[in-house]
Amino acid sequence: MATKVFMEALSPTMEEGRLVKWLKNEGDAVKSGEALAEVETDKAIMELVARGDGVLRKRLINEGDSAPVGTLAGVIATADENIDALVAGAGSPAPAAGAPAPEKVVAGQQETAGASSVPRSGEEAQAEASTPPQQKVADIPPAISGGAPRTPAAPAGNAAPAKGDVRSSPLARRLASERGLDLNGVQGSGPNGRIIKRDIEAAAAAGAATPRAAAAAAPSAPVIPREGDFHDEPLSSIRKTIARRLGESIGPIPTFYLTAEFDLTRVMEMRKAMAELGDEFKVSVNDVLLKATAVALSQHPEVNAHWLGDKIRYHNRVHLGMAVATADGLIVPVIWDADRKRMSEISREAKELAKRARERKLKPEEFTGSTFSVSNLGMFGIDQFTAIINPPEAGILAIGTSEEKLVVVNGESVVRNRVRVTMSCDHRIIDGAVGAKFLQTLRRLIENPLMLVY
Amino acid sequence: MPVITYRDALGAAIREEMQRDDRVFLMGEEVAVYQGAYKVSKGFLQEFGEMRVVDTPITELGFAGVGVGAAMVGLRPVIEFMTWNFALLALDQVVNAAAKMLYMSGGQYKMPIVFRGPNGAALQLSAQHSQAWESWLSHIPGLKVIAPGTPYDAKGLLKSAIRDDNPVCVLEGEMLYNTKGEVPDEEYLIPLGKAELKREGEHCSIITHGKMVLVAMQCADQLAKEGINIDVVDLRTIRPMDVEAIGESVKKTNRAVVLEEGWEMCGVGAQVVDFIQRDCFDYLDAPVVRVHQADTPMPYAKGLEKAAKPDLPKAIAAVRKVMYLD
Repeated sequence: MATKVFMEALSPTMEEGRLVKWLKNEGDAVKSGEALAEVETDKAIMELVARGDGVLRKRLINEGDSAPVGTLAGVIATADENIDALVAGAGSPAPAAGAPAPEKVVAGQQETAGASSVPRSGEEAQAEASTPPQQKVADIPPAISGGAPRTPAAPAGNAAPAKGDVRSSPLARRLASERGLDLNGVQGSGPNGRIIKRDIEAAAAAGAATPRAAAAAAPSAPVIPREGDFHDEPLSSIRKTIARRLGESIGPIPTFYLTAEFDLTRVMEMRKAMAELGDEFKVSVNDVLLKATAVALSQHPEVNAHWLGDKIRYHNRVHLGMAVATADGLIVPVIWDADRKRMSEISREAKELAKRARERKLKPEEFTGSTFSVSNLGMFGIDQFTAIINPPEAGILAIGTSEEKLVVVNGESVVRNRVRVTMSCDHRIIDGAVGAKFLQTLRRLIENPLMLVY
Repeated sequence: MPVITYRDALGAAIREEMQRDDRVFLMGEEVAVYQGAYKVSKGFLQEFGEMRVVDTPITELGFAGVGVGAAMVGLRPVIEFMTWNFALLALDQVVNAAAKMLYMSGGQYKMPIVFRGPNGAALQLSAQHSQAWESWLSHIPGLKVIAPGTPYDAKGLLKSAIRDDNPVCVLEGEMLYNTKGEVPDEEYLIPLGKAELKREGEHCSIITHGKMVLVAMQCADQLAKEGINIDVVDLRTIRPMDVEAIGESVKKTNRAVVLEEGWEMCGVGAQVVDFIQRDCFDYLDAPVVRVHQADTPMPYAKGLEKAAKPDLPKAIAAVRKVMYLD
């Protein structure tokens, strides 16, 4: 039975992809889940995987060529199967081209939030990314499929649906969306494996949907946001008025900036003491700043928030985005649960993410879902700067260079290591005093880094 | 509370309205001397006289037209059709005259007329005399259509219909006339356009009207023994339809069966399903299932007739299907 290979939406925003390299030749045997080709999305280079077993009979996109999402990229079939009819239809996108996935398997939050700048969890992005645009029996002409069902002779009753084809009732989708459940992890008990209300309730009772058994299980396995990970608060009238009035003043995000200079004396002492214990204990100033920011955010959920248009989402977990410059431009990988990670973990993860960002090897779940972001241009000798907020986040912290400065302490001129940070704040969420209090906490942590172990 | 028949409930409604308002009169075949083909107007001729209880020839189009004219000049006729199957001949007056008079006269003529009679199948009356017409009549802007399923509803709705200034078609049932139910002595009215939740349950909604209300109630009784609790929504009025009541029930149960006497194609159930998919899409846990007459002229042979009609076993099977129990 033939399986079509489509250009898939491999990132949440991908509309077309460039086929960098085929990893299989025509005539090669392939198994479902095996990588067929490397595809460059708007964000990264991703693997396009086989959705069926067989032989890669035909490659329909040349290396180096770009094609819209949904375009037929190849055909997997048995060695002797006639695929002429399938190949004849190549060149034009599948009917639902452009859409990330015609049968959206994930109960997305776009509808409820009604804004394009909705936070997406890594899981959501991944589920979307790895859903074949269209792979149903109906797509395959009878001559090819022989009219045989896609799933091998299963009982008509509760046969499991074909892989990647998740059926669910509208009610189940709504409930899953409300509870933040990924339908891919839910077992359907309705006809043809349809997921219905009772399945959602069972999954919710069991604690969570089992994580999607996708080909590429993320190493850091970001967890689906669930109830309890955040709480939504309807906008008060004063918040609404602030949002409207200040939005009229500047752009859609009424931003203001708070700058503070922190003393790094104790950070430097700490780093020195750690480095003396061995090279493996070296941490950068940036690592300390990331850790301190994450801890400060955990103490200030009012800053660790998303603007959702009709409500503000306050996150109980801290997923810290860190801006990374790459040859192609800016990308913001995410350190999940940064406040709960040890400095060594943050240090290692930050390095690894930055490296893979520059290699364009980040997976979608590694650059989505941040709750607050940090940008550091210190290495370029920038004293201080203002960063642009990464919507829907409430703020971003811009870190300048750390350097020795002459400062007055107790009436005497002394040389101290100092760093300037500037926080850009979305005034719809954060008022001046709120932002200032956050920076106060951050100052306490950075000027007394022992507090990080408190 | 007194227990009376559906037949007597209808008779009481007309009698009370004729006593209350001398513009109300009854006209139709066999309504006077014969005391009514189904004895709804028993004693009327003696009580109100031949000016207000009028026997007609077998001329449905003719006496429907006379009724329309009477309504135009301020009377409030109740036109009895021996069955709605015979009323096909009168449809031009119902659809082209009664339904449109207010509109086409720019509001100059009200149309306070009631067309009533038994609708749908009885027993072995064969193809021409076993038809349910509610979807035809409900299709027409300007008409109101009611289909009471119990004696209580029959009386309350018919009284409201007679007092309404618009043409109202009342769909009764030969198989309903002998059914009994509690009807209070004191006067009451049931507003047109209001459904009633006849029974409360949380697992599945049955949306129905007229004769099928009894089937739905039996279905609910039977399934309750298996622990399946049914919400029975009796539309009572088909046009205007009580969309809120349908939505409220389906949003609660997430599953629905639409049960009607007529055919499937363009039936009342099709309209109900449309409302459900529009208003309750995100609340549905299963596709809606319809129960209706088989898509064929009603067979005369007893066994075939039974096979063609919607009934209790079919309703139960539909609920089981929509509950994913089979």
